[in-house]
Formats: sequence, C-alpha cells, structure tokens
Amino acid sequence: MSIRVAKTGNEAVAEAMRQMRPDVVAAYPITPQTEIVQIFSGFVADGLVDTEMVTVESEHSAMSATVGAAAAGARAMTATSANGLALMWEIVYIAASMRLPIVMPVVNRALSGPINIHCDHSDTMGARDSGWIQIFSENAQEAYDNTLQALRIAENPNVLLPAMVTMDGFIISHAMEVMEILEDEKVREWVGEYVPENPLLDVDNPVTIGPLDLYDWNMEHKRQQAEAMVQSKAVILKVAEDYAKLTGRRYGLFEEYMLEDAEVAVVVLGSTAGTAKVVVNELRKQGVKAGLLKLRVFRPFPAEEIAAALKHVKAIAVMDRSDSFNAISGPVFAEVRSAMYGVQSAPAIVDYIYGIGGRDVTPEHIRKVYDDLANIAARGKADRILTYLGVRE
Amino acid sequence: MANKFEEYLRPQFMPHIWCPGCGHGITLNALLRTIAKLELDKDKVCVVSGIGCASRAPGYLDFNTLHTTHGRAIPFATGIKLAKPELEVIVVTGDGDGAAIGGNHLIHAARRNIGLTVVMFNNSIYGMTSGQYSPMTPSGKSATTAPYGNIERDFDVCKLVQASGANYVARATVAQPRQLSTYIERAINTKGFAFVEAQGMCPTYYGRRNKLGGPVEMLDVLKKNTVTVQAAAKLSPEELKGKIITGELYQANDPEYCDLYDNLIKQAQEVAGK
Repeated sequence: MSIRVAKTGNEAVAEAMRQMRPDVVAAYPITPQTEIVQIFSGFVADGLVDTEMVTVESEHSAMSATVGAAAAGARAMTATSANGLALMWEIVYIAASMRLPIVMPVVNRALSGPINIHCDHSDTMGARDSGWIQIFSENAQEAYDNTLQALRIAENPNVLLPAMVTMDGFIISHAMEVMEILEDEKVREWVGEYVPENPLLDVDNPVTIGPLDLYDWNMEHKRQQAEAMVQSKAVILKVAEDYAKLTGRRYGLFEEYMLEDAEVAVVVLGSTAGTAKVVVNELRKQGVKAGLLKLRVFRPFPAEEIAAALKHVKAIAVMDRSDSFNAISGPVFAEVRSAMYGVQSAPAIVDYIYGIGGRDVTPEHIRKVYDDLANIAARGKADRILTYLGVRE
Repeated sequence: MANKFEEYLRPQFMPHIWCPGCGHGITLNALLRTIAKLELDKDKVCVVSGIGCASRAPGYLDFNTLHTTHGRAIPFATGIKLAKPELEVIVVTGDGDGAAIGGNHLIHAARRNIGLTVVMFNNSIYGMTSGQYSPMTPSGKSATTAPYGNIERDFDVCKLVQASGANYVARATVAQPRQLSTYIERAINTKGFAFVEAQGMCPTYYGRRNKLGGPVEMLDVLKKNTVTVQAAAKLSPEELKGKIITGELYQANDPEYCDLYDNLIKQAQEVAGK
C-alpha cells in the first residue's frame, strides 16, 4: 500500500527523484526551486541513490550538462524556476529537438522584471513553444504523481520529448500537505530500465548528435518533432491509466469538476484550481450551475477535448496567471478560445489575468469571476474580453 | 561623516535583508566611507549589482543604481561605462554571482581593462539560496550541497583577475575595514579595471554549517588566518595553506578601454577627414 506522509511540494518532488534514481542530475540554485535539488544532493551524499550530481555554475550549464548526459544515454534531470529557465532557453529548445526525454520540475515563479520571487506562470508559459511537454500540478500530490508519469511519457518511443512538470512557487513548493507516496520498489518497477535510442555511449554504433541541419532536412526533422507532440497525447492518457491502476489516482489531460451540467465554467491551471473548487462547491449549494476545467496538460494542448467538454456551457472564463502582452489576452485564453472556434453556437468566453508576481487570489476574486459569468450568460455576450483581477488601476 | 552616510542611504527600504553578523554590512560601510572621503558627486556614481545577498546592496543606496540579473552586473556596467565614461561605475557582486554564473564576464572585463571598480563581497557560499557551495567555498568545507565536504578546488579570484589583465587587484577581509576602505579608494582612483575582494563571512549558513561559531568568532578566525602579501612572500606553500593573503596584490598602468575606444574614434575621424 502507499505511504501517507506530510511533505512540501519541493520535498515531494525530491522524493520522486530519489525513487526514480536518475543517472545524472545537474543543477544550479534558484528560489523557489533550490530545495528540490538541495534535498536530492543530500540523498546523493548519503548514498541513497547512485546519481552523478553536478553542481554547475549556471542554469545554462545545468541544461547543457543534462542534455549531454541524456545524449550519452543516461536518465538525466534538472530543476529550475523563472530566470533559471530563461537562462536555459537556448538548450531548452535543443533538448526538445534532439528528442531527449529529460524530466524537469519547474517551480513557477514570475520571470523578471521587475524582479520578484513569487508565483506566476510567466516562466513556463514563455517556454510553451519550446517543444517540451508541459504538465501543471494543483498540489504536492499532483507534483509527485506528475513527475513519475512524466518520465514514462517522455521516454515512450512514440514520444521521446522532454517534459516539464510545474508547481506553483511557494504556494505548493513550500506548503506542507498530507499526501501519498509509493514504495520505492513500486517506483523502481514503474520507471523500469531505460533503454535509450542511439546513445553516444554505444561506441559500437557511433552516431553524431546535433550536427548542422540546413534546408535539405531541417524541416523534416521539425515535422517529426511536431508529430511526436501529437502522438504524446495518447501516451499521456495511457500512462495515466496505468498510474491509476498502480495508485488509484486518476489523471487526464484535464480535470472536469462539476462541469457536466455547468452553465458557467472557469478554466484554470495550478494551485488556483483548489481555491476555485471551494467556490464551485459554495455556488452549487446556492443553486448556481458552476463548473471548473482544470487544465493539467498544456503541451500538447488538448484542443478538441476541451471544446467537447465546454461546448454546452453558456459562458467561460479562462484564468491566466501570466500575460502574453499581445494586447488581447493571456496565453491560455488564446489557446482555449482558438479551441472553441468552430463549435456550433459557441459559449461566450472571457479572460482574467490574475496572481501576477504572487498577487494573492482569494475565493472572493473567483466568486467575482463566476458572478461576471452569470451576467454574461444571462445577456449572451460579454462587454470586454480581458479583465485584470485584483489589480489597482 | 555620519550625515554623509545618511545621505547615501535609502532608509525607506530598510530594514535590509542581511542576517545579524553578516559581513556584508562592513564591506558596504567601507565602500560608503570611501565615497564620502573622495567626495564623489552622488549623481556621478552608479552602483550596479547582480543577484544574491551582496547584490541587494544597491537597493539601499541613493546613487544611480541598477539591480540586474544573476551574474550579469559587469556587462550592464560595461554598457553604462561606455555610454557615460564620466560616471564612477562600481559593481557590487558576490562570489556566486561574480565567480560562478558571471565568471566569464569578470575575466573579459578585466581583459578589456575597462574602468570599472568591482567589489566582490565574498561570503564563501550561496547565501541567498541557503548555503550551497560556490566556486569560492574552500575545499573540504561543508555546504548544503556538500554535506561531507566540498571536493572542488576554490578559485583564487584575485589571481584570476590579475591574470586576465586588470590594472588593480587587492584583497582585504571584513576584519580589516580600514584596509578594505583604502583598497576601494585606490580601486576607484585606478584608471582601468580595478578589483577588490572583500573576504566576508556568512554566520548563518557557512559559519553554522562549518561550526565556526558566531560572528565574533568568525571575525577572529579571519584575523588569525590573514597574512599580508609581504609576509606571504617569505612563507612556504605549506605555511600558507588555508591562509588568506591580503594587501594590494597587483597594480599596472595599462591603457583603459574607454580611452582606447575614444582614440579609435578620433583616428577614424582623421582618416575620414572630418
């Protein structure tokens, strides 16, 4: 049976890493991620894992070392936040195009500037077109579960893409909650032996990784990469199914919460989903048909599935914890509204940008969103697309 | 002098983030004392920092200040100096910020010999992220990422900067605030790249982790372990093991980068007949 423990999000992910026993971990400290790798380095020092730990001199080096190790055929991991992810940028794209199944926990933090250490999603949203699978977590349990699942997804031969598993900085990473972890043997079995495709260390079959690839073949390789992302959706669902058999905890591309008969619905990612569920429960008691769609997998983006899940709703609010500065909306809204295009008598859909730089989001804020939605549903139209929630202006 | 200090601070941003007993206050004090002594025009001073405990300093200072990204204070400062060579550009950095993630910029700024003053607040650890070992954590010392001791060698950052081409290199500890102040003064007065390593102390992470006692004991250790560069010349490598060599380690008078740049412009204009 699984083991009940009290852990912070960072501790939970460090524990997952200990159980997954990666061959190589390379990392650099950055708030609020630091603890994950720091705790893990303790496991290395105490001989609980035989991981090669490389404490590099920057995140650019962390991702480079991880890519090098993965190309050699190792299971390689790193973790980061915000500016650390930004500094990795060049190699983040390279990891994906080299088709290296690296799993990277990212503890969401506002990307500078102005400099800030608290949660928003601007860091990982910026990397949404980097070719990485992106899985968001609502709490420490999900961060743990998603990390274990990410490895199986990434390493699937039909996928071979790196995966980011995110959790909200401080809100999840530093808050302790009761959760369940698996026994070490079960995780060992779950992750299995990694058999890399074309590893550099297979000296009998020498390969070149990362050579110049111009207009003669580059486009075919990018097309293959895009196809891998398409294929990953089925793999994510299959892995979730297997994980449910192992743990009883069931995951999908997103979670539908009281959505079936909902007239108004909120789409949200990360820890705010927990707050929103409280509000949905309250509204339901008051007879309001409120529902919630918690997006778990942002890359690949489950457009058709979202459209099917939301098409009956009268009004939808997307909650974006980052801005895309496209002068229209946040990034999640753009994708969700695009997914809804073509749906017969599509619901009205609006965007709320909230929680920037760690700005607190309370049930009152979310209640206001549902109130607005009730109004929009009654009138059949919205006056404006975008509202900044809880801002002084 | 006391009033002068107040004029240099932004009390609205106090209290500062540094822990009780942190050595950074002494180094900052030495820097401010120097600026007061030199009677620099507040508006002609620009203090630039990266990320880390030391790099918070400019937030508390009422000069032109720029708090940049991790490791990149020197490139930002290079841009400022080139655009406004008349400014006194002072970089405040730490051992992690300046010798790890920003190490490349440090050696190239020294190589160009651009007229910056870099004060490295060396607390021997990544303090802000709670005590991981840095490239300047002495070998064998403990850190959160090295619970059984650091097996890596630490940088002699002064040798590195000297070898890279700086015009002035000095080191003092926070147990010698007057020397520190003197060296910062000479660094500011140096034409070309000037570097002062301020060996500080982090009682919270480095000290506690390595059982070095409180701030007072750590200051004592700094005093006992310090050898002047003149005395060091007469000691064997064995005798110098674990010692901190302080003093003015190198001085040169090589041409400064902004001057070379201006000369080039003049030459080009002459060739073009303008």
